[in-house]
Amino acid sequence: MTAEIGQVFLILALLAALYQGLFPLVAAGAGDAGLMRTARSAALVQGLLVAAAFAALTVAHATSDFSVRNVVENSHTAKPFIYKLTGVWGNHEGSMLLWALILAGYGAAVALLSKRNALTARALAIQGLIAAAFLAFIIFTSNPFARVFPAPADGQDLNPLLQDPGLIIHPPFLYLGYVGFSIAFSYAVAGLISGRIDEDWARAARPWAMAAWTFLTIGIGLGSWWAYYELGWGGFWAWDPVENASFMPWLAGTALIHSMRVLEVRGAFKAWTVLLAILAFSLSLVGTFLVRSGILTSVHAFATDPERGLFILLILVVFIGGALLLFALRAHAMSSDAAFNAVSREGGLLVNNVVFVASTATVFIGTFYPLFVDVVSGEKLSVGAPYFNIVFLPFMAFALLIIAPASALAWKRGNLKDAVRRVAPAALAGLAALVLALWLASPKTIAAAAGAGLAAWAGAGVIADFVRRVRLFETHAGARVAALPKSYVAMTIAHLGFAVVAIGVLGAGVWKSETIAYAREGDTISVGGFDATLTTVREVQGPNYRAEVSTFAVARDGKALPDMTAERRFYPVRGMQTTEAAIATDLGGDLYLTVGEFNAERGWVVRAWRHPLTLWMWIGAGLIAAGGLVGIGIGERRRVAAPSSAAQAAAA
Amino acid sequence: MRRLLISAAALAASEALAVEPDELLADPALEARARAISREIRCVVCQSESIDDSNAPLARDLRLLVRERINAGDGDEAVRDFLVARYGDYVLLKPRVQTNTLALWLAPMAAGAVGGVAALLFLRGRREREKPKPLTAEELDALAKLDR
Amino acid sequence: MKRLLFVIPVAAFVALAFWFAAGLGRDPGYIPSMLINRPAPQFALPPIAGRARGFASDELMDQVSMVNIFGSWCASCEIEHPVLMEIAAEKIAPVYGLDWKDKPGAGAAWLGKRGDPYAAIGDDADGRVAIEFGVTGAPETFIIDAEGRVRHKHVGAITREDWRRVLKPMIEDLKKNAPAAD
Repeated sequence: MTAEIGQVFLILALLAALYQGLFPLVAAGAGDAGLMRTARSAALVQGLLVAAAFAALTVAHATSDFSVRNVVENSHTAKPFIYKLTGVWGNHEGSMLLWALILAGYGAAVALLSKRNALTARALAIQGLIAAAFLAFIIFTSNPFARVFPAPADGQDLNPLLQDPGLIIHPPFLYLGYVGFSIAFSYAVAGLISGRIDEDWARAARPWAMAAWTFLTIGIGLGSWWAYYELGWGGFWAWDPVENASFMPWLAGTALIHSMRVLEVRGAFKAWTVLLAILAFSLSLVGTFLVRSGILTSVHAFATDPERGLFILLILVVFIGGALLLFALRAHAMSSDAAFNAVSREGGLLVNNVVFVASTATVFIGTFYPLFVDVVSGEKLSVGAPYFNIVFLPFMAFALLIIAPASALAWKRGNLKDAVRRVAPAALAGLAALVLALWLASPKTIAAAAGAGLAAWAGAGVIADFVRRVRLFETHAGARVAALPKSYVAMTIAHLGFAVVAIGVLGAGVWKSETIAYAREGDTISVGGFDATLTTVREVQGPNYRAEVSTFAVARDGKALPDMTAERRFYPVRGMQTTEAAIATDLGGDLYLTVGEFNAERGWVVRAWRHPLTLWMWIGAGLIAAGGLVGIGIGERRRVAAPSSAAQAAAA
Repeated sequence: MRRLLISAAALAASEALAVEPDELLADPALEARARAISREIRCVVCQSESIDDSNAPLARDLRLLVRERINAGDGDEAVRDFLVARYGDYVLLKPRVQTNTLALWLAPMAAGAVGGVAALLFLRGRREREKPKPLTAEELDALAKLDR
Repeated sequence: MKRLLFVIPVAAFVALAFWFAAGLGRDPGYIPSMLINRPAPQFALPPIAGRARGFASDELMDQVSMVNIFGSWCASCEIEHPVLMEIAAEKIAPVYGLDWKDKPGAGAAWLGKRGDPYAAIGDDADGRVAIEFGVTGAPETFIIDAEGRVRHKHVGAITREDWRRVLKPMIEDLKKNAPAAD
């Protein structure tokens, strides 16, 4: 019964979404306030219905209802309960329902929290149309409530790689991120329809763009972290097409939130901001297409089906094509009279936009190039991590170079000398880091050392500006810190996070050391100044797996450290084996151990890594997200422009 | 020292790991070359991993092959040529610079350049608009009339 | 003029959409063979357990033949096997076998239970010859012409359809056009 109830809720949700999509648009055009208000109710109702459908699917999984095909294909009675619940989104149909839930949830949130006006009504309508499209996609091509007769006694279990805490949090945050950009998209289209893109529009849309961007930052950070401890060798970013699918909206989103700031404060960058708002969600949609259509191979891709691919492509054409067509017709009429020097905060933000949009384009071209060439000439190419690292990192290096002085520039007319002088002490930090990197790190490459110098320059520059601004070392500094505008706090924390991530990536990506050897009980493996001695290996029975547990005694320069445990697990239902790494973390880096196959003559294969500064990556990502979180709540009405004409008339 | 304390470990699942100890070359310089090359060779039976990362049997065969060619005296490019002759350009994770990849390698710089130029033109346009235009003859007339 | 700039995004997207649509029908994992119209690799493989005769590349000259990559561990080979038996029975072209990455004796045992369609089998335990053929999985089958050149690669299990519609006509065509043996 649960599945049928879920099915009904889905269909009702589709109807609500269609209503939400059509009536408010008509109403807003006719100026009918009463009908416009129904947008709000429709959004709330739709949200509740999709939530109910999602709950129904969750109940089916939780109770191991094997008459539902989705449960059979992805669950098993012996699967730990938490993974029964979170396994709901560990497959194509369930994750699409999560997509729809979050889409509806954002719509409901806008309905509850936003001002009731024509803009909101139109934005909710667009949101409703998007929701309707995806609900139709789910109902007609990816129904999670399909039944299977006769119901088998047990299911096929979930892929062991997904039976992991990472599955509990990574997909939800990721979706909260790139589905969240749908709101900025809806506001953009709504603004284009009404012809009004101004400070008020930016004030309404920016918190939602900021929220989506913050969640996406967390989602990507979690994904990297999960890959890091999950995959078994400390890799955290592979430039896999699906990873790129989440990264491109983030890059475009970064440009968007910066551009929106200019629009909000100065009324400039109108057309550009609208285009970015459309672009961010468009990239989310393209990412969804990529993952679920079979068009590219990827370790992350769900089971693929060209029919589904065609449906999603249609959604892309209607929404992205429609929005961009509207942009072509309407945006040229939008202009602003804000004037500013090239050297100014606005100029700096413009450079930010160039860097982030160019890097988005770079990742996009690299990701889709094999497809382009295949379609044009049938030739097969691969574009992998080595390419992306070469072409992408220079953009980030440039960003690190200018981020500190650019953030110190004044609005309208900035003084470059002044700005640089404010952050000048940081140059020492940069130089020190460069020298340290060349001296201590291995391998000693110029590129890595330069990267370290830039990251330190950026981070220290942000701190230097903060210290100078609050006059940290004079009396009553605490009061000045408390009086800082939220926008400044958000910016400082996020920018600092960016520099911290950069140094973490250098450490964990470039400066790692590795030892691979055979070991028996009693043997010691050394890496990066650490000694790990394999003490015992024993068999253990888990809930739905058998494990071989290896314990290591660890010491560093003779001093003993806590023991570490690595596992090898075998999941009989799926017939899959997984390896669990042992990781010991400190600020200087991670010690990372895995135990592999047993060779009767030589012992176990033990792999040991020292990944320096790994923790800094996660801390940095957290800081960026924290900055974003603070930034959601910015509500400044401060305007840096000539007095408005109303004020002038009043003064005359 | 065989103390048995609970370790501060994060446990994570993964499939088996890649390079085996018996594959390693004795000479560390040659082994370093082998690893560097392997990181750029695609495991053709996997989704998009390199042979250095993948635990597929074919990946192991290719790793051993790379080391064999290095031991036989092949330079890095010759090793890559050997693999491309059998599997095509598809096997290289870092595409070679050739006619059908020119666009790929030029695109990032082009994107940056286009963006930079666009930004400059935009800023120049802005500054132009800020300069007050000189008054036209009619406006001068109207101004003169006001003064009377 | 300025209006034209605003049209660029939608125009670019339309081009992209066509590209995506074109890409939908393709299989991104399919790699065409590098060996087509090139000479087959040179090799001389030992026999598998229990056989006297191995398999060397000079056997491929002066006749049109098929080379099939298989292994006892390969599930799809299981499915393909009966079709191979039928193909061998038709005696149109000899089918040679490459026992890929099998433990000693495993290939022979597997064939013992199911029947042996092969004119000769080579034991490619370390997989080196398969790499020479650019093999990425089993089963794969190559059609070699009378001059020892690879003319076609079939990826995956051969079905009766594949044999009837593609492979058999190709082999008969090659045999007709083969230069007369000296």
